[in-house]
Amino acid sequence: MSLATVLTPLPVLIPTIAAAATLVAGRSPRLQQLISLTSLTAVVAVCAALLYLVDRDGTVAVQVGGWGQSEPGMGPLGITLVADRLSVLMLVVSSIVLLAVVFYAIGQGISDGDERQPVSIFQPTYLILSAGVCTAFLAGDLFNLFVGFEVLLAASFVLLTIGGSAERVRAGIAYVMVSMVSSLIFLIGIALVYATTGTLNMAEVAVRLADVPDGTRTALFAVLLVAFGIKAAVFPLSTWLPDSYPTAPAPVTAVFAGLLTKVGVYAIIRAHSLLFPNGRLDNVLMVAALLTMLVGILGAIAQNDIKRLLSFTLVSHIGYMIFGIALGNHLGMSGAVYYVAHHIVVQTTLFLVVGLIERQAGASTLQRLGGLAAASPLLAFVFVIPALNLGGIPPFSGFIGKVALVEAGAQSGSSLAWVLVGGSVTTSLLTLYAVTRVWTKAFWRARADAPEGALSNTVPAALIDDDDDIAFADRSDVGRMPVGMLLPTGALIAVGLALTVFAGPIYGYSERAADEILDRNQYISAVLAP
Amino acid sequence: MITYLVPLVLIGGLTSAGVYLLLERTLTRMLLGLLLIGNAVNLLILNVGGPSGNPPVYGRSSNGAQTDADPLAQGMILTAIVISMGIAAFVLALAYRSYQLTTVEEVSNDPEDTRVAERADDDDLDRDIPDVVPARDTDAPDELDALPGAEGSR
Repeated sequence: MSLATVLTPLPVLIPTIAAAATLVAGRSPRLQQLISLTSLTAVVAVCAALLYLVDRDGTVAVQVGGWGQSEPGMGPLGITLVADRLSVLMLVVSSIVLLAVVFYAIGQGISDGDERQPVSIFQPTYLILSAGVCTAFLAGDLFNLFVGFEVLLAASFVLLTIGGSAERVRAGIAYVMVSMVSSLIFLIGIALVYATTGTLNMAEVAVRLADVPDGTRTALFAVLLVAFGIKAAVFPLSTWLPDSYPTAPAPVTAVFAGLLTKVGVYAIIRAHSLLFPNGRLDNVLMVAALLTMLVGILGAIAQNDIKRLLSFTLVSHIGYMIFGIALGNHLGMSGAVYYVAHHIVVQTTLFLVVGLIERQAGASTLQRLGGLAAASPLLAFVFVIPALNLGGIPPFSGFIGKVALVEAGAQSGSSLAWVLVGGSVTTSLLTLYAVTRVWTKAFWRARADAPEGALSNTVPAALIDDDDDIAFADRSDVGRMPVGMLLPTGALIAVGLALTVFAGPIYGYSERAADEILDRNQYISAVLAP
Repeated sequence: MITYLVPLVLIGGLTSAGVYLLLERTLTRMLLGLLLIGNAVNLLILNVGGPSGNPPVYGRSSNGAQTDADPLAQGMILTAIVISMGIAAFVLALAYRSYQLTTVEEVSNDPEDTRVAERADDDDLDRDIPDVVPARDTDAPDELDALPGAEGSR
């Protein structure tokens, strides 16, 4: 039994056990925070070790409970966890983001007064969410992937409606309904795959689908694609996202924006490349990617609330990843993998910065913001770096990812690919416009020039959502950004910059990951012939 | 594999009734719709799990069947039932909370959405930029500069 085999189940196990422990420690917030921080730090360490081992030795498949193969030529009976380069990269980036965000949430909670918050459920739910995300990335069979999705969704329902204010309940209802519909469609897909192949182990499904008629395969792929498309927020299945995410507390929105849609993107990569590699729906994906990019960014331009604006850019940039996947060539896939890593980090950072803006200025809508660059040059600095990164300004990682995708589109050479290249450059430009709009209004103009500049929200909205407005001058707690919130934001900006500084090795890794994704045999043989 | 028509019609019927209910704005109807679709999917899994047979328990047989029934389909259905039960409990709690807060059971539109949509009808799209008063010195401190240590907005 190698070290990697021992490590593989740990990203799921550690947060689950820690969630139980924090539930027991519900009366002591300090102990809860300690457990949460230690366990997520341990997950980061485990994932980093896995990254090294998997990159060196190749894909690892673990049969949970030791259920081996039933007979030669048949797949494993039990639950399989598979760690290949793609899933390990996702795990590393997600665990770093999860750790930074929990740090931020604790920092915010401490400064905003713990006694007013229903904190005792926050940490357990957050850890369950982490476990769900890790399960989804490691799942080796479709049903386990479904369970991972359900675990993270159930946790996200609680986190989204935490505090139970009218606004969050309204947003939560729509979110719950849409998520459940996508889960049911996924379940229908699972039933149909099971009916077709008699197995749900992804490696075995991939082998057996080779004997299935083309039309049936495409139909199965289409069902799964709709399910994953809702989760990943691909247009036209994306309208739920900007309505539900912005109402949640800043750390919750940040982690949702960074991770939950990417789990959907990850599932699309797996389905597209491992299960259905014939590329029958690539053109549909291309058109969906184009519309996701353009409709998303046009929505972002119309928004006044920064959180909503960022939610729309989130939808828009999902289009880039779908573009890379749909190209189906090596360059496109490695660009998509790199872009996913970049986008998880940068989108989370931006939502954390919005949390800081709320602390500093008492509001997140452009109607009420102004003068931030003068009031806090530090805040301006932490906003502008991820904002330019998102807009794709060289030398940041967003630029590298976009160049890779544009190059892949040019290499593919089909007319549709060229349209997408044009669309992606336009989207990049419009993203820059959207974040510059935030910059000029919130940071450069004087607050007296903002139409509602005199107003402010009552509390900094840590976990409690309060809709009342008060005069900005009456707020006593604005203008001091807690170190506990600044540090993790700064750390994530550093990670984002590291994606640029170490772009060579990281891009090399995503190329190797793309090799592995496109050559399905490594995955299949790791699972079926250990 | 032999497929029977009746379960398939039942699955289709349950799903369409579920979709119809899901499109309502009332929360309890939406929940009922979800549960109906959930049951339809469970029935679908049972149906695709192969023909009936002996229970998958060592040494037991039923009606002299030659083969065992597929236990995996039943395991999956059980998991799906547990998940939908948990979600149903959560949605009921959410419905109760929503009723407490708004005293109606219908889900309302997103207010920010409505606000953004109304701006489209506005002739003056840049109305959030107020008229500039050239005489006013924006560098001078005003009542909004309550930030400690940062008096004066620039």
